[in-house]
Amino acid sequence: MGVEICVEGLTKSFGHQVIWQDVSLTLPAGEVSVMLGPSGTGKSVFLKTLVGLLKPDRGSVKIAGRDITRLREHDLYEVRKLFGVLFQDGALFGSMNLYDNIAFPLREHTRKSESEIKRIVLEKMDMVGLIGAEGKLPGEISGGMRKRAGLARALVLDPEIILFDEPDSGLDPVRVAYLNQLIVDLNAQIDATFLIVTHDIASARQVPDNIGLLFRRELVMFGPREELLASDEPVVRQFLNGRMQGPIGMAEEKDAAQVEQELAQIDEGGPADALTPRLLPGAGIARPPRWEVIARREAERHGTGVTSA
Amino acid sequence: MRISPTGALRQSGNLFAMALDVVRSLPRRPFQAREFIQQAWFVASVTILPTALVSIPFGAVIALQIGSLTRQLGAQSFSGAASVLAVLREASPIVTALLIAGAGGTAICADLGARKIRDEIDAMQVLGIDPIHRLVVPRVLASMVVAVLLNGLVSVVGVAGGYFFNVVLQHGTPGAYLASFTTLAQLSDLWAAEIKALVFGAIAAIVASYKGLTAQGGPKGVGDAVNQSVVITFMLLFVTNFVMTAVYFQVVPQRG
Repeated sequence: MGVEICVEGLTKSFGHQVIWQDVSLTLPAGEVSVMLGPSGTGKSVFLKTLVGLLKPDRGSVKIAGRDITRLREHDLYEVRKLFGVLFQDGALFGSMNLYDNIAFPLREHTRKSESEIKRIVLEKMDMVGLIGAEGKLPGEISGGMRKRAGLARALVLDPEIILFDEPDSGLDPVRVAYLNQLIVDLNAQIDATFLIVTHDIASARQVPDNIGLLFRRELVMFGPREELLASDEPVVRQFLNGRMQGPIGMAEEKDAAQVEQELAQIDEGGPADALTPRLLPGAGIARPPRWEVIARREAERHGTGVTSA
Repeated sequence: MRISPTGALRQSGNLFAMALDVVRSLPRRPFQAREFIQQAWFVASVTILPTALVSIPFGAVIALQIGSLTRQLGAQSFSGAASVLAVLREASPIVTALLIAGAGGTAICADLGARKIRDEIDAMQVLGIDPIHRLVVPRVLASMVVAVLLNGLVSVVGVAGGYFFNVVLQHGTPGAYLASFTTLAQLSDLWAAEIKALVFGAIAAIVASYKGLTAQGGPKGVGDAVNQSVVITFMLLFVTNFVMTAVYFQVVPQRG
């Protein structure tokens, strides 16, 4: 099912420093969205604001019709049960082993028997490929495993919304590819609303339905993947292509004259790259209607190579 | 760090707000019994030995001071009464306060601070669990219970140490020491000391939890938080001690 998240006029600042202002977007129910942005543009702050860990200065975040920026603490905890969040380093509880970590939300929130908890935990651990590591402590395993364990813990309460804070940071390219496949498979299986915060362009090109880009304290653009990948907006083009030429500089921003000169150089360089094929759920995963449509469209666009399972 | 005139006010306001949250979460079910027992055991294990080791010389110093003072005044027969009074009324709550803040509070603050900077606290909130109810309340209760028990321990060890130094080293008369035991001290002194210890335990744990849960800026932030929590706790404890002592003398009639 998934739940729609409707963000309107969201503004956040720390002291006098504005992080971003007037961010308005709607994350459609059941779809995968990616929020991109150069380092330090407040992507993680945005994510924490969505779950109500940080209070925005202005604006609203409506989830299932309730504005979480105005909820009382008690109601906020109720709404948060809709969420699963994967934090950057997994945010596992250091004193518990992986099994207890993943069982934690079940033990706290449900009255399930230990045998039922065991079944669910092992099922989720199998989903993220962690079978056999139940007894390990978070300090004893690699960053990639911590991330997957964090994901398993985020999944046990069957969330309607899953937020990923830089799922690809600190992982090697192969593990990133596996994780992306896992995200797509999960979306096909549980149909929740996904938001991935990242600055990995390759993932952003392959995985989502929608892309948003935060830059210069604003949401530059938010829309369907195809639209952004084909966009002429200089910031979007620079970021999605990972180029030096464009408005985004090493420190912060560049002066306008230099940007124009650089953009002129690119335009001489010929047309933009072709649309990247989209990542589809794996062969063993039953595809819901939404993914059938996407698979058919991808097959038409890219001809052979992308076949329906 | 930028210094703003309202910063200190905001900090103390937030600390007080958290103390109120803790009080409000106290009756909430389910009570975290497991966490409470673990924490009580943990706080006890880091404080018992240092407390005992500190209270022996503390009792000895008091015995020495009072021993020579009573000899100068020609009131040797009251040396037992005076040292019991000193240990029971002031020494034991103060030693308890120092140890519960210095050993128990720092451990709580470091633990929660490390969890905070690893995003564990955020993760817990996102999983729909209130860290005040789940983590802070059991720690505050544990620290209160352990403080009360420690106060008893300090009193016993301190009085025993005082006896040893007065009788064995200063050649006081054991009979006089024991006979004068209750001439000045009374049972309400013990109760007052225990209540003090209870309050000190609560303050130490609340300040430590507050500082731990608001730690930021990586591992250095945790170190800073621990440092600040000890300083703030000590200041609060000594002020509270003064106020409670003043109130005690007004409320409870004294002997003699």
